[in-house]
Amino acid sequence: MTKTIVVTSGKGGVGKTTTSASIATGLAKRGFKTVVIDFDVGLRNLDLIMGCERRVVYDLVNLVNQEATLHQTLIKDKRIENLYILPASQTRDKDALTIEGIARVMHKLKKSEFDYIICDSPAGIEKGAKMALYFADEAIVTTNPEVSSVRDSDRILGILQSESKRSKMNEEPVKEHLLITRYNPSRVKDGQMLSVDDIVDLLAIPLLGIIPESPSVLDCSNAGKPVILDDDSEAGQAYSDAIDRLLGESKPHRFMEAPKKGFLSRLFG
Amino acid sequence: MGFFRFFKTNKEDQSAKVAKDRLQVLIAHERTGRDGPDYLPMLKQDILDVIKKYVSVGDDALSVQLETQDDCDVLELNITLPEDNNTSTVTPTAEAKRRAMERRQAAAKVT
Repeated sequence: MTKTIVVTSGKGGVGKTTTSASIATGLAKRGFKTVVIDFDVGLRNLDLIMGCERRVVYDLVNLVNQEATLHQTLIKDKRIENLYILPASQTRDKDALTIEGIARVMHKLKKSEFDYIICDSPAGIEKGAKMALYFADEAIVTTNPEVSSVRDSDRILGILQSESKRSKMNEEPVKEHLLITRYNPSRVKDGQMLSVDDIVDLLAIPLLGIIPESPSVLDCSNAGKPVILDDDSEAGQAYSDAIDRLLGESKPHRFMEAPKKGFLSRLFG
Repeated sequence: MGFFRFFKTNKEDQSAKVAKDRLQVLIAHERTGRDGPDYLPMLKQDILDVIKKYVSVGDDALSVQLETQDDCDVLELNITLPEDNNTSTVTPTAEAKRRAMERRQAAAKVT
């Protein structure tokens, strides 16, 4: 049974691509045959984050237009077995995608026995974003502890509930997960940042994970390596926990507390 | 900097609470718009236009809520009329006055 998961947010720059890369890598690492699709036609970036930018030959639009086969288009990851990347086109725009075309691609992927299809949504609520979420069985709503991001997440939840295939066909609704990124526990403690509880309270969907603000996210994207592969970093570990929860394990949330500061560092820090 | 922050009372720094309060109001408002039927925003605008013919009110004077209770939908309208300053009546708009005058003139002609 293939499961399709969309990583979405409404707002841009909150970590959708970083999350898509890490979630896909994490699932493949646990042995599931996984493909991650970049739906951001015209602004391709997943290839950079996955470190395969020089291996792109064909893209999603070629595949939709039947100018290339699935086998030709998929890029096999060099680090992780079972992991494939389906890049977006850089030269076309979002109108090049159609529901029928994407449906054909999804069908081919299902026939190739993929366990997971991760759809990396573009920002916004336009055609590209709607196309990315249309076929979703589950959704990871990526949110920053910031007013604009929370508002846009709520908006995208409304779209998931009314414009996904599952909602249109009156099937069981898309399963929603909240993933909070760039979380800074010390600012939360000082009352300067929305807390996990605040965001869960506002959006009212189950929490999949909290990714703390961490320098390793930038380090890894610089290197073209999904941050989940950096076992030493808090962000990497937090993504790993999120994978366990996605697979049904219950794990306590980590990285919610600010590190304890000594008296002197509080005084002079 | 840290030295001063240590002694500062944190009260006015707590912007997170402000953020949450603002979002609570906003999200609740936006959800009513999206969960209701498609015609709800237009209905709201039309009702508002009718009210405006008679009373001078702002765009936020009307709240429309559609709730489902058991097997019937309840359309709840809440209209906040402006507080009167001196007189106990609400001041009609110029448009309302003109139309009332026309009505009376028409009635006078009939009799």
